[in-house]
Amino acid sequence: MGATTGSGRARAEVREEDGVLVLALAGHLDAAGTAEVWRPAESALAGLGSRALRLDASGVDYADGSGTALLFDCLQRAKRKGGGAELVGASHEVRSQLELHDPELWCEQPAPERKSDGLIVEVGRATTDAWKEARELIEFTGAVAIALKFALLNPRSVRWRDVVRVSERAGVNALPIIAIIGSLMGLILAFQSAIPMKKFGADLFVADLVAISLLRELGPLMTAIVLCGRSGSAFAAELGTMKVNEEVDALTTMGLEPVRFLVVPRVLAAVMTTPMLAVFANLCGLIGGAVVFLSFGHPLVSYYRQVQGAVTHVDLLGGIFKAFTFGVIVAAVGCARGLQTGHGASAVGLSTTRSVVSGILLIVIADMAFALLYYALDI
Amino acid sequence: MANEQQTQGDDRRQVVIRAKGLEVGYGKTVVLTGLEFEVRRGEVFVILGGSGCGKSTLLKNMIGLYEPLAGEIELQGRNLVGASAAERREILRGIGVTYQSGALFGSMTILQNVRLALQEFTDLPPEAIDLIARMKLGLVGLRGSEEKLPAELSGGMRKRAAIARAMALDPAILFLDEPQAGLDPITSAELDQLILSLARDLGITFVIVTHELASVFAIADRVLFLDGKRKTAVAMGNPHDLKRNSKDPLVRSFFRREVLSTEQPA
Repeated sequence: MGATTGSGRARAEVREEDGVLVLALAGHLDAAGTAEVWRPAESALAGLGSRALRLDASGVDYADGSGTALLFDCLQRAKRKGGGAELVGASHEVRSQLELHDPELWCEQPAPERKSDGLIVEVGRATTDAWKEARELIEFTGAVAIALKFALLNPRSVRWRDVVRVSERAGVNALPIIAIIGSLMGLILAFQSAIPMKKFGADLFVADLVAISLLRELGPLMTAIVLCGRSGSAFAAELGTMKVNEEVDALTTMGLEPVRFLVVPRVLAAVMTTPMLAVFANLCGLIGGAVVFLSFGHPLVSYYRQVQGAVTHVDLLGGIFKAFTFGVIVAAVGCARGLQTGHGASAVGLSTTRSVVSGILLIVIADMAFALLYYALDI
Repeated sequence: MANEQQTQGDDRRQVVIRAKGLEVGYGKTVVLTGLEFEVRRGEVFVILGGSGCGKSTLLKNMIGLYEPLAGEIELQGRNLVGASAAERREILRGIGVTYQSGALFGSMTILQNVRLALQEFTDLPPEAIDLIARMKLGLVGLRGSEEKLPAELSGGMRKRAAIARAMALDPAILFLDEPQAGLDPITSAELDQLILSLARDLGITFVIVTHELASVFAIADRVLFLDGKRKTAVAMGNPHDLKRNSKDPLVRSFFRREVLSTEQPA
């Protein structure tokens, strides 16, 4: 007397005949049918012990890859237990499918080896990777510096058409977002400072605060961060895709240096557009501050005179020089990450993320260095 | 009809693909027109022709990536043209496709690539899915490479992995776009054998776009020969018969030139 499981599509019946466990499979063993009888068959084989298995497939009217896998699995499990296994009643089609797979190859299913390397090895590996990355960045910086020097000495060698194209995408097309963020930044700064300053009757100096903060610090910094997220990532994705598609290799084998051909136009475009975007951000921020200033009942001329008295051309030029440096960082890091891209679509995504993270980190570090430098120079 | 038509094989077998008055192209540009053919179950049907004649365009229309400009394409008795999105998904689930580049998902191991469709479309337990995926990879000679990423494989191995992925759900029809490209002669011959055994033993129908004449003669039951200049199919039939008896000068020169070059001593 056997036990039958399964429903409409496929059935599995287990019985014992003369000390042999008989597993009779029947029905339509496609993916749906196989899913119905896989677990029952597995349970039957778990109780096989040292007995032999007779796998009766006489009732199987169809078996696709999943049905074949089930028959195969049953036979291999029984053989591994040492009692032997035989397939009876299988149609020519089912046997043909099974014969496509080499049973010797599948007798043992080696578990994938996964062993931990331990903390010390992991730390060592991370340190080596960090050092390798730092070295690559230093090498890349050197290569860009050499290429830029060559470009300055030989302006005709620069692909100016690319420079204009990238300037338009990274600069002109960024104007709306810079305008919105710049004006809101001025507005927020003015609002946040006006309330406490009004307590001391110093609300007139809101204009000074907004002007100094924007021109010296926030204008260039905010512009660089927006540019890093917008254009640095685009550079990384563009060059990363070229790397994946072997276009960078094609350039190299054609005798064209990727740095001169791809990186220099982007760096030049970024250093030209970032200072202009920073000035534009300053202007928008001052307009935002003026709106708040006017709303407190002060005339516009007072705002103008306060701003004029608070900042000098040194503050403006100091900010522009910062923006220039940030532009180099954004473009160089974006391109470096793009050229470091590994293989596959996920590598491009990884490069893009890394370009934004390391770009913002380097911008903030550079900003700190500027703060110390300007303090030392009393600017 | 000016086209040379030859019919071969067992006509009693079930028709799984039928093209009626098919016209394909891009936008308003017609690439091929007046295509009429049927493909039967278990048949290896090769689309042949010179570069740029529209072979891949025809294939992309047959697998539902492009909408034909006119005519009908039936896959297993169901018309793909004008089908709703749900019907189209249902029809396309019965086919498998491999692309020229392999188009494997780069962030997944090849085992995961093959497992994906099984996980999404079946209720099989994980260990069953794992075994099926490994067996499919074993069929295409990739045992031992299951845990590798596509980027770690050679071009030929990627192509074979793509075939394993296309076979994951045991489709009735497999469309292969340049499957032999990038394979060494031995692997290519092994792949030919695999295609033949899958077609003969499992009744899988193959529609193959290829330039490899050696493979065409080894595996094709029938070829559909396309001419880009005349924008239509100029011959259809068994490749050996076409080579011997075709009266079309393009077909003759195509077979002779390439056959002659492959028969030259090394």
